[in-house]
Amino acid sequence: MKSRLPYLLPLGLFLVLALYFAVGLTKDPKIIPSALIDKPAPEFTLPPVAGGKTPGFATADLKKGQVSIVNVFASWCVPCRAEHPEINKLAKMGIVPVYGLNYKDTPQAARAWLNQLGDNYTATGADESGRVGIDWGVYGVPETFIVDGAGRIRFKHVGPIVGDKLEKEILPLIRAIQKGTGK
Amino acid sequence: MTRPLFAVMAVALLLAVLPLSSARAVNPDEMLADPALEHRARVISRDLRCLVCQNQSIDDSDAGLAKDLRVLVRERLKAGDSNEQVIDYVVARYGDFVLLKPPVKGSTLVLWAGPAVVALFGILALILFYRRRRAATPVAAQPLSPEERARLNKLLEGDAP
Amino acid sequence: MIAELGHFALILALFVSAVQATLPLIGAQRGDAGWMAVARPAALAQFLLVAVAFGCLMNLYITSDFSVLNVAQNSHTDKPLLYKISGVWGNHEGSMLLWVLILALFGSAVAAFGANLPPSLRARVLSIQALIAVGFYLFILLTSNPFERLIPAPINGNDLNPLLQDPGLAFHPPMLYLGYVGFSMAFSFAIAALIEGRVDAAWARWVRPWTLAAWCFLTAGIGLGSWWAYYELGWGGWWYWDPVENASFMPWLAGTALLHSATVVEKRDTLKGWTILLAIITFSMSLLGTFLVRSGVLTSVHAFATDPTRGVFILILLIIVIGGSLALYAWRGPQLISTGLFQPISREGGLLFNNLVMATATAVVLLGTLYPLLLDAVGGGKVSVGPPFFNAVFIPIMLPMIVVMAVGPMLNWKRGDWRAAVARLWPAMVAALLAAVGAWALVTDGPFLGIVGMALAAWLAVGTLVELAERLRLGRDGLGRALNRLARQPRAAWGMTLAHLGLAVTIAGMTGAGAWVKESIQVMAPGDTVTLAGYEFRFDGAKSGEGPNYAFTAGHFTVSRGGKVLVVLDPEKRVYNVSGQPTTEAGIEPTLLGDIYAVIGDQGTTPEGKPGFVTRLYFNPLVAWMWGGLMIMIAGGALSLSDRRHRVGAPARRGAVVQAAGAD
Repeated sequence: MKSRLPYLLPLGLFLVLALYFAVGLTKDPKIIPSALIDKPAPEFTLPPVAGGKTPGFATADLKKGQVSIVNVFASWCVPCRAEHPEINKLAKMGIVPVYGLNYKDTPQAARAWLNQLGDNYTATGADESGRVGIDWGVYGVPETFIVDGAGRIRFKHVGPIVGDKLEKEILPLIRAIQKGTGK
Repeated sequence: MTRPLFAVMAVALLLAVLPLSSARAVNPDEMLADPALEHRARVISRDLRCLVCQNQSIDDSDAGLAKDLRVLVRERLKAGDSNEQVIDYVVARYGDFVLLKPPVKGSTLVLWAGPAVVALFGILALILFYRRRRAATPVAAQPLSPEERARLNKLLEGDAP
Repeated sequence: MIAELGHFALILALFVSAVQATLPLIGAQRGDAGWMAVARPAALAQFLLVAVAFGCLMNLYITSDFSVLNVAQNSHTDKPLLYKISGVWGNHEGSMLLWVLILALFGSAVAAFGANLPPSLRARVLSIQALIAVGFYLFILLTSNPFERLIPAPINGNDLNPLLQDPGLAFHPPMLYLGYVGFSMAFSFAIAALIEGRVDAAWARWVRPWTLAAWCFLTAGIGLGSWWAYYELGWGGWWYWDPVENASFMPWLAGTALLHSATVVEKRDTLKGWTILLAIITFSMSLLGTFLVRSGVLTSVHAFATDPTRGVFILILLIIVIGGSLALYAWRGPQLISTGLFQPISREGGLLFNNLVMATATAVVLLGTLYPLLLDAVGGGKVSVGPPFFNAVFIPIMLPMIVVMAVGPMLNWKRGDWRAAVARLWPAMVAALLAAVGAWALVTDGPFLGIVGMALAAWLAVGTLVELAERLRLGRDGLGRALNRLARQPRAAWGMTLAHLGLAVTIAGMTGAGAWVKESIQVMAPGDTVTLAGYEFRFDGAKSGEGPNYAFTAGHFTVSRGGKVLVVLDPEKRVYNVSGQPTTEAGIEPTLLGDIYAVIGDQGTTPEGKPGFVTRLYFNPLVAWMWGGLMIMIAGGALSLSDRRHRVGAPARRGAVVQAAGAD
């Protein structure tokens, strides 16, 4: 009498695979998680974006004991445009300093962009070569990092912060990190 | 309302940095003067993934980020890093995803051990198959005489494959 | 009007296939000839309706009717006609329509040419084919309708991706689909056999032509894709282990195993359950490929823009079709009784070894392709599995098979003497040694794998010829009678010889093109010369111009060898007007020993400070052997397909005798 087991094996394997596919459909393969979560922010110093009132910033600014936001943006980036009003909103709330990291941009274009859309950054660093961006693991724009008081990167958001993302994702995270409960 | 908007944004985000054609993308002005170092750079680049492309190495891609990483690899090599150190440098910033050859660690054990396991499983299945067949076979045939064997070979060879 | 006609035809096709899926199946169960007879006209009608729908879509593209959303998204009035036509399948919705067209085509082919099939089998086969079709018609009509209107219509469309505006790529999808949708036939035959409860030599002979045809097309489709990548993507690569490439390669691997396994069923009445499983797996790989490309679970250069609802729909379709067929296999598989017995060392053993290697290779490629998804699904983070992994595992798996491929056909059925066979293969061993030495001497700085590759190619080629010589009794009877015998060989025998020879040539080509490429990248000013692989490339300057829907910069290279001018190459760098996308068109001169390949890039400055252009120059050895080898393989398959035995019909079924011969 033949054992049924070898005949059932392909079906079993397939059903397991189908389960993985079902879960996989809920994920986005294009979003790459940050390798720097819970690690100290990279060492850097960035000059200011020329022609503005805000200074540049450096790692030391992020270690002053308060949660900070680092927002990576560029004038050539279309989704950054859609996101910027939300960034301004966040900055104006005054709960956390919001630093802008101007990624691979020219000073004139960045200045014009900020003048047009409003510049509420606490400080803006010009990373013209993109090397500081690489140190942060930036692979696209816009990206936004939440850094805690000790200068450790706690969270990275890939893509524009639009819609209800500010209320539903970013603000709760900021509060949680401020309270010290972390993610 | 926001979902299609986000979709458009996501596409724009990617298009902003997506390479659109892919010549072997190293440019002469990136290449190092020392051919040995340059060769190492090419070898390393071929195994680093372009993160904003769909499944290309930084050696193949025209994207801005790919170029930046190519330049970075060469800088690290000039600074005296070994191949491994250069790769570790990039992985420290971008994670394991940037490696086209998956690292051998706990999470990839199934992947790297998989082929051997599958091959062994197949061989085992084959052995079991032959064993079961032999068990079902009745008495073993008697050996053939040389004349019988010659006749048999002739008959079998006439059979087309 | 035309769009609505096409849409309506598609809906009608759905209904016809629903009828085709049910009535003949029930009729075959009940022995009702009338209901079984519904299958053939239904299949023909279904094909006609889908063809009308496809024709409508094509008409919409040719006439640039931008009131149809699909046309507006993927076409433009400035596009040359060929690409308006190929644009029909250069997008998700249109390619799905091509998918069901080919599904219906194979169904109608069986309806028209399957007169030698017993009515109950044919009815079941066509019903299963229609069941699959129903699923896909629903998918198209509910989630991917190509006939959706766009009101108000834009003045012009978005244009087709420039990378796709290319003759090679125009034909790549239809060829590919003829291949991997064609395997649906083997699948339908397998399910029909499971329902009937028996698999025998007759079944194996009936299923073979359909499987062979699909295999030939798939080989051609994959070849076309590789060829396109080689000349279009600008650096001479031809295989990236991209997930979607793998999705077409896995059915090919499984389909090749199926062809070999079905031979054993036909000749020796054994390996039945395994062959049925292979037929199911082959088409399942095709379906899996469809899922991977269109659901968004994997990143790939080929992936269509996706939508999660489509992914869910296809997954459900997959679960029903693959899950259902594997469940049927689990239930009815044990009832398939095999009688043939054979030793591990025998012709059957050799074929089974082929299956072992092919199945392992399929599983390994599947593992590598799916691993990022699997790991992410269990929360293990993201990893990339790229060419380094695949090359490291795939090649070692295939090596033993190439070695055995020369020995296997030399073995007798049932019980073979491998030592004698290997001894008779001494010419192949000599050839392998010579090839290895030659490779080592000529390419002093190449990787070790290059030598191995050439040695194996020589082993396989000469080994196949030795087998042919034996079959023709060249040694014993002399050339004249042997040639006579050659002419009278059954075509299927020719097929095997050619296919194996073709593979040997392809392996040699892949070794050269993979291991021995010579490259030179620099900025050249007009008048500069670069020497590469013994060829002198003189850059004669570049000029700009306008094409039908793009602007270009074309470079001129005069290539000489030893002072004698061989060819002038004109690579281009294009920027397409509508999308702004750049593409590179390489200048290629194929020669027997390799391709001379030139690419022009952006402007730059030479080390001496002169203005010039970035140029990438290559010598790609033995590339023509890859394409030639693939064509020889396809010729072998086609020749085998034309064998009389397939058309004359199978021997009468010996049902009662088979069952009495003893169970396993």
